[in-house]
Amino acid sequence: MKILVTLKRVPDPEQKIKFKGEALDLSSANYVVNPFDEYAVETALRLTEKADAAARIGEVVVVSIGPKEAAQQLRSALAMGADRAILVAGDDASLDSEQVARIVAKLCEQEKPDLVLMGKQAVDGDSNQAGQLVAGYLGLPQACFASSLELSADGKTLTVGREVDGGVELKRVPLPAVVTVDLRIIQPKAVRNRVTSPEHAYQEGPRYASLKGIMAAKKKELREVTPGDLGAATAARVKIVKIVAPAARKAGVKVETVQELVKKLHEEAKVI
Amino acid sequence: MATVLVLCESKGSALRGASLPAVSFGREMAKARGAELALLLVGAGASAAAGDAAKLGAQRVIVVDDPRLGAYLAETWAPIVARVAREQGADVVAATATNLGKDLLPRVAALLDCGMASEVMAILGPSRFRRPMLAGNALAEIEVTTPTLVATVRQTEFPPAQPQGTPCEIVRVEAGAVSDLGAAFVALQETKSERPELTEARIVVSGGRGMRNGENFGFIEKLCDVLGAAMGASRAACDAGFVPNDLQVGQTGKVVAPDLYIAVAISGAIQHLAGMKSSKVIVAVNKDAEAPIFQVADYGLVAQWEKAIPELTEEIQKLKSAQS
Repeated sequence: MKILVTLKRVPDPEQKIKFKGEALDLSSANYVVNPFDEYAVETALRLTEKADAAARIGEVVVVSIGPKEAAQQLRSALAMGADRAILVAGDDASLDSEQVARIVAKLCEQEKPDLVLMGKQAVDGDSNQAGQLVAGYLGLPQACFASSLELSADGKTLTVGREVDGGVELKRVPLPAVVTVDLRIIQPKAVRNRVTSPEHAYQEGPRYASLKGIMAAKKKELREVTPGDLGAATAARVKIVKIVAPAARKAGVKVETVQELVKKLHEEAKVI
Repeated sequence: MATVLVLCESKGSALRGASLPAVSFGREMAKARGAELALLLVGAGASAAAGDAAKLGAQRVIVVDDPRLGAYLAETWAPIVARVAREQGADVVAATATNLGKDLLPRVAALLDCGMASEVMAILGPSRFRRPMLAGNALAEIEVTTPTLVATVRQTEFPPAQPQGTPCEIVRVEAGAVSDLGAAFVALQETKSERPELTEARIVVSGGRGMRNGENFGFIEKLCDVLGAAMGASRAACDAGFVPNDLQVGQTGKVVAPDLYIAVAISGAIQHLAGMKSSKVIVAVNKDAEAPIFQVADYGLVAQWEKAIPELTEEIQKLKSAQS
């Protein structure tokens, strides 16, 4: 099985956001792999290994679009165990979802993966579009917001648990397909490939790179291309005019007792 | 004539309340662009809700009701929405950013080959919108440059549309060829609840990791019941398995903006604040006086929930009995 995983570098969500005029000030930002994309890498690795025998049984290709520095995030995915990487040159602060999806779709035509795995959204842009767009452009089935995945015995279909309003929906898609992953996909038994024993429980969360993995990653292929090379050089359709800080909510008052709280809610705020 | 097309979700013979803010967005958008408003209902049995939709001030309601559209699939719905949009000459296609809206509309944008705005909070011009980024810690003003545009609408930022005027015409459209690309709906494991839906409730009470286990959420449930509130939870509480995942309030869970939000034993991570800070009145109950949740709370009570929540439930019960 061959899986293409997309990976975006994002400003560390734990860091305080700075503004400069009507734009973000990213001059001192630390970049990390978008958490949902890291979960997608973990998911891809789980699908392409026999975990109880530590054997690889498929190929994972990680793709990022960004400046040269984004190679660092690709190397971290290679260190986790991905097989090779592709870095598409681009300005990750101004690309819109459509440009990203066009590039990924072109790479899919070249690489012909059995599965495209993506994070459900990048935690900087929060657009939640790219996966669905790729599926739409390629006419492939989609399963978004996956919290579990199970490969069929013949390896040709996936049953995906999707987190929807009011519960979990099970959807079956034939491969090739596009799947975007949600938080819960990294739970110990969320991914089943029928090769790893169903009893096997993973450590929760994305795996850490071993020292051996980090050394091996340095020798793995990291190919650099441009959108032009792929025939996917398009202009942004969604332009960011400005970015500002939201109005701060003013802190209220502390109450001493439950009785005082109920009185305030009833008489002052009038919400009960 | 230019048309704004708003996809509405239905459940049996009723429109989903979650779709009503998108109708308000549609009205405002139609005004800004000098366009007509059309509402679209899709699905097996969707006709049953057409009467309700016809009262919402649109120029027409379009219904695609076909037994082959029994369970929602992006694969079958997206081509229908895109085709209706083309036939109607729609230059705006919108829906509320519910789970279905978020899943479906980008695929519709791909088929219409146009730009899309996600989670719109405000209309600033015919193609200009405000939307949140970085878990709501930044607000972007964006311009969609394609002649046709697709948008999802943040439910908490537009009022639910109210019925107005005389009912409009209802137009039935054939589904035509339906291809699921081999995808299939298997089952829905529903979270059963007698309480109001989280995103539509007037009052929400959420518990965090500090509740320590699922059983203790029983205290939150009791408080919800006296208030007629929906129950929510922080990501930490969901991850720990105390409550089902679909109760999660936050950047990656549900976004809520009730009249009253009570956060119990929730520290107030950025991720959680992103999902509730537009609430009208916020109450925080936490034993840690330094917890960040107090920075956004209108009323803060530094206390152990074990003592405060049963007491609060009792006090509210007293108040309610005195009122009735």
